[in-house]
Amino acid sequence: MEIFRAHVLVCTGTDCAASNSVEIINTFNGSLIKHNLEKEIKVIRTDCFGACEDGPVVVVYPEGVTYYRVSLKDVEDIITEHLINGRFLSRLMVKRSEAEAELPVNVEETSFFKKQRRIALRNCGLIDPENIEEYIARDGYQGLAKALTTMKPADVINEVKISGLRGRGGGGFPTGNKWDFAAKQVNETKYVCCNADEGDPGAFMDRSILEGDPHSLIEAMALAAYAIGSKTGYVYVRAEYPTAVKRLKIAIAQAKEYGLLGQNILGTGFEFDMEIRLGAGAFVCGEETALLRSIEGKRGMPTPRPPFPAIKGLFGKPTILNNVETYANIPVIVHSGGAEFAKIGTDKSKGTKVFALGGKVNNVGLVEIPMGTTVREIVYDIGGGIPNDKAFKAVQTGGPSGGCIPANHLDTPIDYDNLIALGSMMGSGGMIVMDEDTCMVDIAKFFLEFTVEESCGKCAPCRIGTKRMLEILEKITSGKGELSDLDDLERLAVAIKAGSLCGLGQTAPNPVLSTLHYFKNEYISHVVDKKCECGVCKALTNFFIIADKCRKCGLCAKKCPVGCISGEVGKTVFEIDPAKCIKCGACEEACKFSAVIRK
Amino acid sequence: MPSHVTETQKEKFDKLDSFICQNKENPGSLIAVLQEAQNIFGYLPLEVQKKVATGLNIPVAEVYGVVTFYSFFTLEPKGEYEISVCLGTACYVKGSNLILDKIEKILGIKAGQCTDDGKFSINACRCIGACGLAPVITINQDVYGRLEPDEIPDILRKYREA
Ligand SMILES: Cc1cc2nc3c(=O)[nH]c(=O)nc-3n(C[C@H](O)[C@H](O)[C@H](O)COP(=O)(O)O)c2cc1C
Ligand code: SF4
Ligand code: SF4
Ligand code: SF4
Ligand code: FES
Repeated sequence: MEIFRAHVLVCTGTDCAASNSVEIINTFNGSLIKHNLEKEIKVIRTDCFGACEDGPVVVVYPEGVTYYRVSLKDVEDIITEHLINGRFLSRLMVKRSEAEAELPVNVEETSFFKKQRRIALRNCGLIDPENIEEYIARDGYQGLAKALTTMKPADVINEVKISGLRGRGGGGFPTGNKWDFAAKQVNETKYVCCNADEGDPGAFMDRSILEGDPHSLIEAMALAAYAIGSKTGYVYVRAEYPTAVKRLKIAIAQAKEYGLLGQNILGTGFEFDMEIRLGAGAFVCGEETALLRSIEGKRGMPTPRPPFPAIKGLFGKPTILNNVETYANIPVIVHSGGAEFAKIGTDKSKGTKVFALGGKVNNVGLVEIPMGTTVREIVYDIGGGIPNDKAFKAVQTGGPSGGCIPANHLDTPIDYDNLIALGSMMGSGGMIVMDEDTCMVDIAKFFLEFTVEESCGKCAPCRIGTKRMLEILEKITSGKGELSDLDDLERLAVAIKAGSLCGLGQTAPNPVLSTLHYFKNEYISHVVDKKCECGVCKALTNFFIIADKCRKCGLCAKKCPVGCISGEVGKTVFEIDPAKCIKCGACEEACKFSAVIRK
Repeated sequence: MPSHVTETQKEKFDKLDSFICQNKENPGSLIAVLQEAQNIFGYLPLEVQKKVATGLNIPVAEVYGVVTFYSFFTLEPKGEYEISVCLGTACYVKGSNLILDKIEKILGIKAGQCTDDGKFSINACRCIGACGLAPVITINQDVYGRLEPDEIPDILRKYREA
């Protein structure tokens, strides 16, 4: 490996790539050649640093200085100032939200990273994912080497049990126990599968691990295979993640070249190979039995359990299925020991959890926190609070299976059991912040629309029940709700939860139940007062023109499809006739002076 | 083969044929074959499904069942430019439905449809993992983020003139 005096890391995660990071890399490379520095300094493409809001992000090592929102014309400055003269460019070192605070110098010292602890994401953004040697340089494949040369399969399982690791795909089942079941099956053929379907519509940590550190998944699956006695692995990846698939393919090829996959791995006689299978856009395929059917090339419909996959799974053989993030922890657990891992976290939830923090929060991105961190720390310390001085309303976790956590529970330490007690769940890790402008009835409807569309239709309570619930919510948001609808929602919810075959149906009512529980007042004002305080539900909103702001240009009147805005151009303030208004919002959009508001 | 199949159509079928041959023995390869078929043809008309069924030696009904189960597969051709509007949670909270409304209004079609000239189609999709840029749309391979409805006309114009 050549030695370079400095490395320039440029994020090419989807977010940053969208804002030009590929051109930034090209400009860097061209410029380095111009300065005769191409043999001294290396530009590396890395994946998401988790600071997407401030992308494109460039980090210069060895100093570890982060530059935010780098544009093409900044490249020359970074080279001449930092790389030639050794001076940092402070103007690029502040995040939007930290502009007024003291200048942080290191990635680790910015408020975004300070409260985090990176295990699953340990390499993301720090190594070139297309170069196996960089993974190896950071203890990569050490866990596998240790296991194959010094541990029995049962020792590996024991280490995972000691770590207390629970599944990160949502359910939180203890990983060691799952492996143990599969290991105890006597069968020539067993399978190790990875769930990279990432269906929660607001989560992308699995994608980031696949794109930023694909070898950690390969190492972990090889360890799992050794532990349960399998020779074949499948990774089931969403078709929407082409970069992840590409990098995983490269990584698999490199691992084979280095003798870390294939036959006689590390000269120990152990054999393991893996394949990628692409999903085809069905949320229910994230459910384990459906996923296995889909790998078999069939319609991804869930089947009853038992038999559990560990006994009878893919092609009828004993199979383990784990989530990407679950696997990403495994090499560390085997390499440094389960006891070390178990020191982090709470009593029953060990280690860390990655969340995709998004929505109405200043710092958007992936955050990895030790279990037990409070929601407040995530939203305010790491997330930098709510933009535009709006009031916090809730965070939503667990996606379409989860629920929301309102302001009075902000200090709850996050772990599997606490979230369930609050009526939400860990889920795969979407964490969406909502502010005073978010209508909770609308959010409940949003998630139900999702489940109605994604229900596979196999069982009636899920197929028909969720549709009925959605119809009630549509009735409420269009201003035709009655109080008895709220009771009907709850009754349906109970029946759907009890009568559905798979997790999709069993959890589908959660977003409704949770918002009904914490934000009943919003439902009541929709039903009784026929009002949506947030101005989201159009039928319950009225449009007004603020007289002081109106410049009498008449544009709104021109755009109004029903001609209900009157006034004389240049002479009088324009006015909306609420009786005729169909609430299309065209006037609001047309007005260049923000004179039209909704209330 | 029907007479309207042009030379390029034939090339497409040949390509599909050779992919089927390579993957025939691989258990559970139906979805992978359909994905490749959709790459080749842009969509999955019945004649392509029939070809896949004969090639893999399974009933057409099973092929059709799989095609209609997964939202990634389409029975209709897509536009030259496919606009995907993210309706994932993070984007939704940041108003992606307003972006979708705007695009639908400008193009005069709904999500799932294609314009008459075959230029644009709209697809409402879930989180594409770029929530940091919410609200996000993609047009073929290009990603546009932190959008306001006002920016849509200019973006669409670029492609219309292309
Ligand atoms: C409807 C539904 C969707 C799911 N989607 C996912 C998913 O996208 N990713 C995931 O890892 N697990 C998902 N799961 C959980 C899986 O069924 C399974 O429990 C998990 O992959 C097991 O891995 P773990 O123990 O490592 O979490 C889903 C479950 C249900 C019921
Ligand atoms: S609960 Fe819903 S998604 Fe699950 S098997 Fe039944 S119908 Fe299908
Ligand atoms: S567009 Fe705005 S400023 Fe112009 S008349 Fe209407 S409300 Fe007044
Ligand atoms: S919301 Fe639509 S109908 Fe109502 S006043 Fe504005 S433009 Fe006219
Ligand atoms: S929710 Fe739109 S990119 Fe994630």
